[in-house]
Amino acid sequence: LIYCYRKPKTKRAKRFLEKREPKLKENTKNAMLIKGGNANLTVTEVLKDIYAVKKPFAVLYKKKNITRPFEDQTSLEFFSKKSDCSLFLFGSHNKKRPNNLIIGRMFDYHVLDMIELGIEKFVSLKDVKNSKCPEGTKPMLIFAGDVFDVNEEYRRLKSLLIDFFRGPSVPSIRLAGLEYVLHFTAVDGKIYMRSYKVLLKKSGCRIPRIELEEMGPSLDLVMRRTHLASDDLYKLSLKQPKALKPKKKKNISHDVFGTTYGRIHMQKQDLSKLQTRKMKGLKKRPAEKSAEDGGVSPKKSKSD
Amino acid sequence: MAAVRVEEVLAAAEEQEAEKRRSVTVEKELELEFDLGNLLALDRNPPPGAALRGAGPRREALLRALARDNTQLLVAQLWELPAERAGGAGGPLVARLPEPAFRLPREKPPPRPRPPTRWEQFARLKGIRRRKRTSLVWDEQAKEWRRRWGYRRAGGDPARAWLAEVPAGADPEEDQFGRLRREKRERVARNELNRLRNLARAHRAGTAAPAAPLHPTGHQSREELGHVARVARVSTASLGRFQPRLPKEPAEPPSRSGGRKRRFEPLLGNLAAERSRQLDLLRDMGSKKPVLDITRAVNKQLRQEEAEAAAAKGKKQSQRGKRGRRQQRPGRSSK
Repeated sequence: LIYCYRKPKTKRAKRFLEKREPKLKENTKNAMLIKGGNANLTVTEVLKDIYAVKKPFAVLYKKKNITRPFEDQTSLEFFSKKSDCSLFLFGSHNKKRPNNLIIGRMFDYHVLDMIELGIEKFVSLKDVKNSKCPEGTKPMLIFAGDVFDVNEEYRRLKSLLIDFFRGPSVPSIRLAGLEYVLHFTAVDGKIYMRSYKVLLKKSGCRIPRIELEEMGPSLDLVMRRTHLASDDLYKLSLKQPKALKPKKKKNISHDVFGTTYGRIHMQKQDLSKLQTRKMKGLKKRPAEKSAEDGGVSPKKSKSD
Repeated sequence: MAAVRVEEVLAAAEEQEAEKRRSVTVEKELELEFDLGNLLALDRNPPPGAALRGAGPRREALLRALARDNTQLLVAQLWELPAERAGGAGGPLVARLPEPAFRLPREKPPPRPRPPTRWEQFARLKGIRRRKRTSLVWDEQAKEWRRRWGYRRAGGDPARAWLAEVPAGADPEEDQFGRLRREKRERVARNELNRLRNLARAHRAGTAAPAAPLHPTGHQSREELGHVARVARVSTASLGRFQPRLPKEPAEPPSRSGGRKRRFEPLLGNLAAERSRQLDLLRDMGSKKPVLDITRAVNKQLRQEEAEAAAAKGKKQSQRGKRGRRQQRPGRSSK
């Protein structure tokens, strides 16, 4: 356990602290959705919709918080420490930056990256009158556009969005339950985020044919300011402990056809004591055996 | 002929297969990149910019078509994964996902392995291994399995012990119950003391080896901040002599070697010293003997190398226990 000044007195307190301490395999990242001092209806609706998408790994703060993330990050860091959230979405609105969304993440309770996005158009969950998918579905994420690889800021934005929306890491997934897809297209300096419900239709072969139905929040975003972490801090945050690397199994190899080969190491065998097939005709007769022994046979007749 | 018919049959079968697959195939210029552990697909193809510029339902339709194609490709990849039926024959089809490949930053820095406690070091040295104890013990009196400690433990409630035997060599007037209580208190206090000592040792080891030389703002320790402040002060042209100080900051005495500037003797001063220096210089220049004593230099070098090798070996040896197993070292990050 971490160096506690006060030892936790109850098991519950101990579990609480253990959940928050750094671990080898980390918890799913929580997101905090905060309203700024002058958030308007659009921004509030956006925050509510994103909360619905990210439940239960999100916290929506009801009250307005008068802070400016780009100037002063202490308030955000305090919230992050209290609620153990490493992702945040801050919404505000003023004349210079209308319908502003700041999406960011933390490392060790300090701000790592922040990107400011402007909302040009927003269609809410309520406005689209189609059936929705259940809460907590792991979404499929698709990024279209070469800008996401070429431009450094867009690359970080892609990493941020994946981090934000990917949900818990699971070892296996039910194929029929792939219902939700988030599609991000970057074109002409704008980023279009669309969410669709996936319908798996029968096709002739095993793979189903996909039909999409518009669902959920759709946003048209424009990148404004950014506050990206320096390269070495980013590299430090990417570092994974060695214990997580998968252990390589020795003495096992595979060939092209998929056959698995194993290698066994044996000690030196005494070939004279090898167990082979018994051939009765080759069995040594007692006379021959005694001749080999050099004339000393155990059953010699007594000579008087 | 039969051969031609066989070929026709095969061609027809392939045609059928292709027809079936047509509904699920998608043509793309560049192949998509997939990270199935994250259910992620990255499309590098440049989207049709001109068509998407006009607002309205046409744009939505185009975006939707693009999304449908990409999702189809991603789903095709997901269906290729090894799948099994969870929960018996009738259960849902479940695919096993690989590890997520896309590198995302961690939430918190990886935990530093804590240094072993005194007992752990001793146990490692002696080769003592942890024996797993059963949680239930047989209680003879109650004739049932009871817990080893806690509520309704085997051996009865210690608070209700009504008999305390006077041990052989003890004073008959001594209060045995008091003695037991006192000893328990002492044991608890010693245990707590050792626990705090171990924690303090771990904490000291943690702060003594900083993970990175200079942390960015917000991650620095007090000593590091002091060091950085000192370095910043001395980095001016006059080596910090005219830097304003905080009200309670102690005035630093002027260092002898300063900024490692060369010190020159005064021009006119010690005439005798100057004379002797110049004569010595002429003597050394004129003499046939080399100024550098080769044997002494070589011996010095050899001694230095030996000392370094001994230090390195000593460090390595102290890191290996008696049984040849290496101890844990506090984790070092790059840079």
